[in-house]
Amino acid sequence: MDKAFHFAVPSLDWTALLPVSIVAITGIIALIVEMLRPKHNNNLIVGVSVVGLVLAAASLIYGMTQPTFATAADMAVRDSFGTTMQLLLVMASALTVLFSEAYLRAKRIPFGEFYPLLLWSTVGGMIMSSTTNLLVIFLGLEILSISLYVMAGMSRREEKSEESAIKYFLLGAFASGFLLYGISFVYGATGSLDLNFVSAIYQSHDQTARTMLVFGLALMLIGLGFKTSLVPFHQWTPDVYQGAPTNVAAFMAAGAKIGAFAALWRVLDAFVDMGAYWIPALSVIATITMFVGNFAAVVQKDVKRILGYSSIANAGYMMVAILAYGKDHRLGHGTLTYFLLSYTLMTLGAFAVVSLQARNGRESTRLEDLNGMWRRSPLSAVALLIFMASLIGIPPTAGFVGKFLIFFDAAKAGLMPLAIVLAINSIISTYYYLAIARAAFVTDSEQTEELSVKTPSGVSGVCAVCAVGVFAVVLFYSPLVSFITQK
Amino acid sequence: MHLLSILTFLPILGVIAVLLLPEAKKNSIRQAAMLTSGITFAVSVLLLTKFDSQTFGFQFAENSEWITQLGIGYRLGLDGISIWLVLLTTFLSFVAIAASTKIDKRVRAFMACLLILESAMLGSFLSTDIVLFFTFFELTLIPMWLLINIWGGEKRAHAANKFLIYTFAGSIFLLVGIIFLGYMQFKATGTLSFDIVKIQAQVAQGKLWAGFLGIEPIVFWAFALAFLVKSPCFPFHTWIPDTYAESPVAGVILSSVMVKMGTFGFLRFCLPLFPDAVKTQIPILAAFAVIGIVYGAAVAAVQPDMRRLMAYSSLSHMGFVLLGIFSLTKIGVMGGALQQLSHGISATILFLLIGYLAERRGSTKLEDFGGLKARTPIFAAVFLIGMLSSVGLPGTNGFVGEFLALVGAFQAGYKGFFSLGLVVVAGFGVVLAAVYLLYMFQKVFYGQITSEENRNLPDLKRSELALVGLLILFIFWGGLLPNTFLKPMEVSVDNTILMASQRPGHRPQWAEAAAADKLDEARNETPTHIKGLEASR
Repeated sequence: MDKAFHFAVPSLDWTALLPVSIVAITGIIALIVEMLRPKHNNNLIVGVSVVGLVLAAASLIYGMTQPTFATAADMAVRDSFGTTMQLLLVMASALTVLFSEAYLRAKRIPFGEFYPLLLWSTVGGMIMSSTTNLLVIFLGLEILSISLYVMAGMSRREEKSEESAIKYFLLGAFASGFLLYGISFVYGATGSLDLNFVSAIYQSHDQTARTMLVFGLALMLIGLGFKTSLVPFHQWTPDVYQGAPTNVAAFMAAGAKIGAFAALWRVLDAFVDMGAYWIPALSVIATITMFVGNFAAVVQKDVKRILGYSSIANAGYMMVAILAYGKDHRLGHGTLTYFLLSYTLMTLGAFAVVSLQARNGRESTRLEDLNGMWRRSPLSAVALLIFMASLIGIPPTAGFVGKFLIFFDAAKAGLMPLAIVLAINSIISTYYYLAIARAAFVTDSEQTEELSVKTPSGVSGVCAVCAVGVFAVVLFYSPLVSFITQK
Repeated sequence: MHLLSILTFLPILGVIAVLLLPEAKKNSIRQAAMLTSGITFAVSVLLLTKFDSQTFGFQFAENSEWITQLGIGYRLGLDGISIWLVLLTTFLSFVAIAASTKIDKRVRAFMACLLILESAMLGSFLSTDIVLFFTFFELTLIPMWLLINIWGGEKRAHAANKFLIYTFAGSIFLLVGIIFLGYMQFKATGTLSFDIVKIQAQVAQGKLWAGFLGIEPIVFWAFALAFLVKSPCFPFHTWIPDTYAESPVAGVILSSVMVKMGTFGFLRFCLPLFPDAVKTQIPILAAFAVIGIVYGAAVAAVQPDMRRLMAYSSLSHMGFVLLGIFSLTKIGVMGGALQQLSHGISATILFLLIGYLAERRGSTKLEDFGGLKARTPIFAAVFLIGMLSSVGLPGTNGFVGEFLALVGAFQAGYKGFFSLGLVVVAGFGVVLAAVYLLYMFQKVFYGQITSEENRNLPDLKRSELALVGLLILFIFWGGLLPNTFLKPMEVSVDNTILMASQRPGHRPQWAEAAAADKLDEARNETPTHIKGLEASR
């Protein structure tokens, strides 16, 4: 009887929680600043957010030197995978913050609340990626998502923004339900919310527990499949990306994806013994995800929609990396991490360029609306070309090395068919990426109006960082990868 | 001295210089670009003077790690197979830039694209690491895509996308093949490496493919496909007419160099690395090449547009290059390699002249011309020389390459390597080339002046004539003194063939050649050292 009431305060190691705390507190400070600010200036909020994110990044880089450990009653884990994912999230968040202000002003939705929400969304992703506790994963996912629901509907004058928020919210809630249901199955089977027990229970040959684990895994995969936009759970992606404000879509494409993939990775890592169940199933899902994403993108006319389908296709590519890891554990997480890094750079960069399309409260993102970007803002046009080349996978860009690594892992793990599917899909994808690049770069009619509108410094900064980053992560591959995969 | 790195990245330096100049100073931009390509050409000539034709090992080799975890290195090297292609690249890049004085739209970006292209092509001819090669190979895509897309003709969007998607489709499988090859190397040696010297050492000893002979042809085809698309070879050639018809002149000249990356790929990678697959698969490839020769020539004969005619003529001529290489005889491969150069020169001169015509007249349709000879005699004369070189008249460079390639193919045919009938058919290609080229010449320069606009066409200007004259010099040099070009490649070609045709264990190795060269160097140095010692005694 006594034991049930015994509650030991768990010991806390703050090195594991510091980065998350910094970002969360920065969000609160940003909100306070928002309340106090002089009405039409978000610059201070931007400054606070960036400083907070930089501090968080610094604490994460410090954390990289620490050994792996779990703290707070094993609810938070510090390991190289979690920390790199958190770094990626912080990076994605910082880049989004940097180019948002100009966009929000141009779109005439200069709400300062955006920044705290974005930071808390980042917090959710960070929590998800460094835990093995299913409930904490769920918690993180909800923190990530609820902020995103609000942000997606931020442009209240636009019906499509509202529609996108509602759509994202309803489907997201649905997905959360699946995830929770799955978690409850796993809890039923193992008696614990911690993923570390899954393997032991599975090994114990308890048939009932095994069956429950299979159900649990399947339901959790559906829930996470929504968030990572795997086919057939992807339908929301293009609509929401198109409807949501561009900077929010950018963070959805990069940040939310990082968090969701981190969680998916943790789950599948724990269920590695059951590879016989999930590897075939997810191989099929990866294949159709790639094909659907790419074929659907080919016929699209709207840049944000194309990038939405591109994010689906890329989710398929990342699935191949995870599958290879599932087959051969020696491969490690380097490939997925690197691919996510390159994907974040090029996708965020591309969205930053697209955000230039907002002017006087309007935004037109059809392909032909990009025409003449070469004249209006040559730097961003060149940057967009670089991002598209990287998304296609043309060397020497990060996208190429990312695909190279996936091919390589697939070859090592004996997944050649998936590698071939990926190769075929890369060919299909050239078509629509080129369409975007061409739209920006080529003016069929040499119109002289709209000569050089000044590109906001935030946007050009993000473009420059991402464009240089796309090459830098290739040039400095060796030190980078030894950094992110250190034990 | 990192001569090869300097050579490869000099054009990139030029790009930076060009981009720093203001857009309004069009002439200084042109001059800066021309100067850069001129210096690059000078450096490549310097390489030629220092080149040792007695070894097949990689010279001026540079070796440094890049992505250590994956065994990818920054490795460059020059041998008898790449030396002339490097010179061709630097020379024709210079010609292309010099020929672009009429480009007036976005000059900076135009010159930057040309220089990046030059750098990428040089890099791919010099790489001795497959992944590095692939990087440069693919780096050509975006500048070329831009060249067609921004400065191209009417159907440029279609042509540019077709070019990029076709080439990319071919090379993505090359990438899968490369990764698989690296993986095989990992299996054979325990360390991952994409260094072709190391991989070839394993292949030569028969270790790499031991037990995987069934997979070897598949990987071979992954490589071959990319190179066939690039070469271009029937049936993967359909991008080339659009590209040639829609590109600006400089783009066409550089893509006539770029197609050599395909044939070079066969010599550098396919023959040495897949010797067992080569034997079984080459008859198929040779058949493709011969179909390409005849089909290209036949289709060229009915083209109403000069540029499209030249595109199909390129298909036909590159067929000879491939046939020569696939004969796996010394004469044939040398002929093929020489024909690469001849085609580069003769295609460039004809495209240049067609470009001049287009500038003057705004059309390249055959029906718009006729009787130009009377108005523009010098133009007609140089066009005739370029055309005869393309036909392969003895005394011009075109003859030597095609003749040697055919002789080699006949030798291979007699050995039963592939069907003799194929070679006989290929022989007709030479005749067909005469048909369509003479037809074009006759249509344009003889007969009555049919169109009023042609009455006042100006003849070649001095600057234009100087550029064309430079090319003509090489036409006769190649035709009359072919040994200048054949000698430096002889040892390399010889050993490449041995790599592909000998049994495991008897195949020559690049690694050994490099080691022997080092030894030689040491030996050459010791005597002076000892002499010094003796003198002091």
